[in-house]
Amino acid sequence: MNLLRLSWKNLTFKPLSMLLSITLFALGVGLISLLFLLQHQLQDKFEKNLAGVDLVIGAKGSPLQLILSSMYHVDAPTGNIELGAVKPFLNPKHPLIETAIPLSMGDNYRTFRIIGTNSDILDIYEAKIAQGKVWERNFEVTIGSKVARDAGLKLGDTFSSSHGFVEDDNLGHEHTAFKVVGILATSGTVLDQLILTTNQSYWLTHDHGPAPTPAATGEENDHDGHDHGDDAHDHGDEHDHEGHDHGDDAHDHGDEHDHEGHDHGDDAHEHDHEGHDHEGHDHGVEKTVPKPLLEEPAEKQITALLVRFKGRNYQALNMQRNINENTEMQAATPAIEINRLYSLMDSGEQALRILAFVIIIVSALSIFISLLSSLRERKYELALMRVMGSSHSKLFMLILVEGLILALLGWALGFLVSHGSMHLFAGQLAEAYGYDFSGWIFLPQEWLVLLGSLALGIVAAILPAMKAGQTDISETLLKE
Amino acid sequence: MLSTRNLSFAFGGSASKTLQFPDITCPTGEHWLLLGQSGSGKTTLLHLLAGLRTPQSGTVNINGTAINELTGTALDRFRGREIGVVFQQSHFVRALSIRENLALCRQLAGLPPSSKKITALLKQLNITDKQHDLPQELSVGEQQRAAIARALINEPSLILADEPTSALDDKNTDQVIDLLKAQATAANATLVIVTHDNRLKSVFEQRIEL
Repeated sequence: MNLLRLSWKNLTFKPLSMLLSITLFALGVGLISLLFLLQHQLQDKFEKNLAGVDLVIGAKGSPLQLILSSMYHVDAPTGNIELGAVKPFLNPKHPLIETAIPLSMGDNYRTFRIIGTNSDILDIYEAKIAQGKVWERNFEVTIGSKVARDAGLKLGDTFSSSHGFVEDDNLGHEHTAFKVVGILATSGTVLDQLILTTNQSYWLTHDHGPAPTPAATGEENDHDGHDHGDDAHDHGDEHDHEGHDHGDDAHDHGDEHDHEGHDHGDDAHEHDHEGHDHEGHDHGVEKTVPKPLLEEPAEKQITALLVRFKGRNYQALNMQRNINENTEMQAATPAIEINRLYSLMDSGEQALRILAFVIIIVSALSIFISLLSSLRERKYELALMRVMGSSHSKLFMLILVEGLILALLGWALGFLVSHGSMHLFAGQLAEAYGYDFSGWIFLPQEWLVLLGSLALGIVAAILPAMKAGQTDISETLLKE
Repeated sequence: MLSTRNLSFAFGGSASKTLQFPDITCPTGEHWLLLGQSGSGKTTLLHLLAGLRTPQSGTVNINGTAINELTGTALDRFRGREIGVVFQQSHFVRALSIRENLALCRQLAGLPPSSKKITALLKQLNITDKQHDLPQELSVGEQQRAAIARALINEPSLILADEPTSALDDKNTDQVIDLLKAQATAANATLVIVTHDNRLKSVFEQRIEL
């Protein structure tokens, strides 16, 4: 019957009061730990995805939105910008810019965003190919590991994109068939959840979209003719299936042929249609290696440009100001915007933290009160223990250990609660933002929480323990 | 062997309420009755004998040890080993079973657990079937027997009993007194019973009147 066991027996003698103290304690500790976990994992995600990007250039609007959409892929883009406006930045000879990565976005496949870009993006996120290769031609895609896992895509699979960022069958670009040519190794960055393709693929899917062709609804039959998969068989000999505008150049696709503005023009020229074996190719005409963006027409659009400077100097800072003041575009600094986001989150977090501390103080109070009241009920038994030869310090320790046990159990339960609810949260967060969170990440701060809990247990128990230690046997027993 | 010399006690440290006690000498193995009316200081004397209080003057000597000269842990340890006390109302550590209470008693006195000894004593006091019950689950008579068991488990040289029978009926009183005497004799311990219970007068030859 050592001290620990005796303390334990004393506590379990009043199970409800014990339960109350532990539950309150666990609630406070759990909330604090959960905040730690959330904050850590959010910051971890944000910082990993900064990827050394110094500036993001995009359409005017909220800078935070621009950063969130083009770096973290959680918000809608602010709009598009014209390629012509950013061409100077894409020039590899630009004196300030080390890398400039053009991004086209707006479509998804089963909520995974499809990003039109070039392979430089792999370098800045330090991503590696796990299977297959990097996308080169239009409508070839290299997908993130999470996309492969969750959407069940394998090398060689094809799929159609949907417009927007939510899954909606009505918004499908049914005629666009992307083909998976590569899968990235898990990098822990946002690339894990992206589908990467060429910028040109976007134009090829989208240019017909906004084209103001009045016949868009009237010529359904024409549109049907676009089912390239079926037509591919007779492509070689019978070259007249309506809607295909192979012969025409891009300049006149709007007036004559109104098959919803399919812009096969440029590509078609470079293709020898007669001899080409179209079997199995859905979009053979479009699956070409695109030209560098610098050589594309200036009126084409992209969504954003990620910029890495050669060095951060005042000229680089000036460039941001220049863009913001003198162009129709905006330039935002990711680090600044993310710090702004932190400070926004911080006020909410602050409130929760205060709540957690209040709960913890109440729980310490509950331990204090339950020990004190049990002391009152147990004063004869404590006096008796002194009669049986127990010293003052032993009684002091007995009560202190009771407080420590309550704190330790409260901490343990809180620990489980925080990781358990983080685990539950993780599923929701993954659904909402596509980011992977985990309940099974353990932080060094949690040791601090443990130490804090034990300290609090001692604080709550020290007065009752001192009172127990001072038990005067004779006085107590005389009052019976 | 228990003896006191010039023992006095002052309540609240003031000289106005000072109790003066007669000298007592109880040879080892003898059974004594301490009689007195309520308020005569019986219980105070018992607490002085048990080392639960410090006298204003005088000495308490148990088997050659002047316990009023012991302090702190040494006194606690001596009390745990050498003195067994039975109180008017029996108190136990409520969260422990009777058997665990006895084990705790040995442990607090720094003695080895000795499960055999506990079993034997419980059997002698006829509460074996209650050994795993919590104290509150026992009847008053059973509780008093268990309290005696606890007073005896460390084989003390002095057994002090404070009104051990005041809450008991005649039948239980006889039983408890018989047990106390038998156990004290078996352990060759000095037994001092403080009481105002006249039923006990006939049972004890040695008496001190306060």
